[in-house]
Amino acid sequence: MKIKEIQEEIVDEFSMFEDWMQRYEYMIELGKSLPLIDEKYKTDDNIIKGCQSKVWVHAELEDDKLIFTADSDAIITKGIIAILIRAFSNQKPQDIIEADTEFIDEIGLKEHLSPTRANGLVSMIKQLKLYAVAYQTQLN
Amino acid sequence: MFNVAKIRKDFPILNRQVNGKPLVYLDNAATSQTPKQVIDVIVDYYSNYNANIHRGVHALSQEATDKYEQARQKIQRHFNVAKSHEVIFTSGTTHAINLVANGFSSILKKGDEILVSAMEHHSNIVPWQMLAERTGAVLKVIPMNQEGELLMNTYQEMLSEKVKLVFCNHVSNALGTINPIEKIINMAHDVGAAVLIDGAQAAPHIKADMQKLDVDFYTVSAHKICGPTGAGMLYGKEEWLNKLPPYQGGGEMIAEVTFEKTTYADLPHKFEAGTPNICGGIAFGGALDYMNAIGFESIAEYEHELLDYATKKLLEIDGLKIYGTAKNKTSVISFNIDNIHPYDIGTILDKLGIAVRTGHHCAQPIMDFYKIPGTVRASFSFYNTKEEVDILVEGVKRAKNMLL
Repeated sequence: MKIKEIQEEIVDEFSMFEDWMQRYEYMIELGKSLPLIDEKYKTDDNIIKGCQSKVWVHAELEDDKLIFTADSDAIITKGIIAILIRAFSNQKPQDIIEADTEFIDEIGLKEHLSPTRANGLVSMIKQLKLYAVAYQTQLN
Repeated sequence: MFNVAKIRKDFPILNRQVNGKPLVYLDNAATSQTPKQVIDVIVDYYSNYNANIHRGVHALSQEATDKYEQARQKIQRHFNVAKSHEVIFTSGTTHAINLVANGFSSILKKGDEILVSAMEHHSNIVPWQMLAERTGAVLKVIPMNQEGELLMNTYQEMLSEKVKLVFCNHVSNALGTINPIEKIINMAHDVGAAVLIDGAQAAPHIKADMQKLDVDFYTVSAHKICGPTGAGMLYGKEEWLNKLPPYQGGGEMIAEVTFEKTTYADLPHKFEAGTPNICGGIAFGGALDYMNAIGFESIAEYEHELLDYATKKLLEIDGLKIYGTAKNKTSVISFNIDNIHPYDIGTILDKLGIAVRTGHHCAQPIMDFYKIPGTVRASFSFYNTKEEVDILVEGVKRAKNMLL
């Protein structure tokens, strides 16, 4: 599936919930089901700066696609990462670089996060894109 | 008679809703809410006598100066300060601590020792670290036990002629511990060390008596005691304030200026360079009036009831652990549940309209001590109710069910 299609799917899913408690419940479920990052990648180098809870992200190229794995010590943060990973993992680096992130606004995630968490979200997206840029350079 | 329902009517903000739910404000240790009596003081200042102080000949300036100096006297009376010029207006506790730390850089020598308690706020650690770096003095930490109480025997052993300064908070912001500052001060004085007590967290609950404590420096932020942000006090003994060099240069703090030499103004103006937060200072005085009208004894008694009730109710939740279980503490409860991250609990509580603080509370060394990333902190004020405690407890239970 293309990034855009996955994003639309996520937006659809979120629109089904009546209130933010339900959305949080959903994010927590997503967080619990996030495929875990290999412990050896949970290094300080892989911590995303700008998040108040710890977030580790690792990227690996498989064929021509970038696979992200991640973890966090906070479950709601894990849920947010799970959403991002679902949208961006297993995609070509160039597609990740070019992808827009409007779906975040569409599901209203940012405005329902505390300012520190919203900053963290921006940092996470930036980090995923930075990985994509790095691997794209490698592919070239 | 203490009447919480009546008191709550003084605080307009308590009527608002957050995320569609009535606000339950339990972040009082971060900042307290402002009663309409204090808001009125602020409105009155800007509506009727806003002017620069201490320098104008006109009526408004005189009026503002009088009110500002009256506020200083209110603060003086409240903290039982011997002389009004021992009360220095600051922008808050952090400013006050930095003022003292900066002053001591010309007094301390290499090899001198500074003792700081293990439960300090970053604002009472970093300035001393900077001071130690500048002077070559050594910063040592007075340890605490698992309950969050300072080890007084170890403190006694650490004291020697080398110790020139001791810093400790009156009440810990993260744990609520009320430290035995009278003993801490006396023991430090026995070896000739000066003592600064950070009273930011104590001021909303305890009326501290500067003369009885015989403390050298004491700091307070107005916004923790129903006053505005950006205003606070440094109390300093006259002899110390005379010894310390000015912190900032500017208008108001000088006696005479030529290009060759400037002589400094007398206390307190020596430390009050530039136009101060005039309205903030006056409203600080108004906040003390408000709190004193209710009475600190009634406030402390009621807050204790809330603390006991909340502690009992929260501990009924399986897996909940409270950090900071000192025998003598203020109405602050820092807790975690199993391995749930405090941010997660805080986020769910926020959705339920409940404001708590999560994280390390600017006291990372305490979190390192307990080996936790942070805590959820609920801090209660005299305008909170048992019903709000119940809402908190239900919220925490709901968060736990969602997150585990």
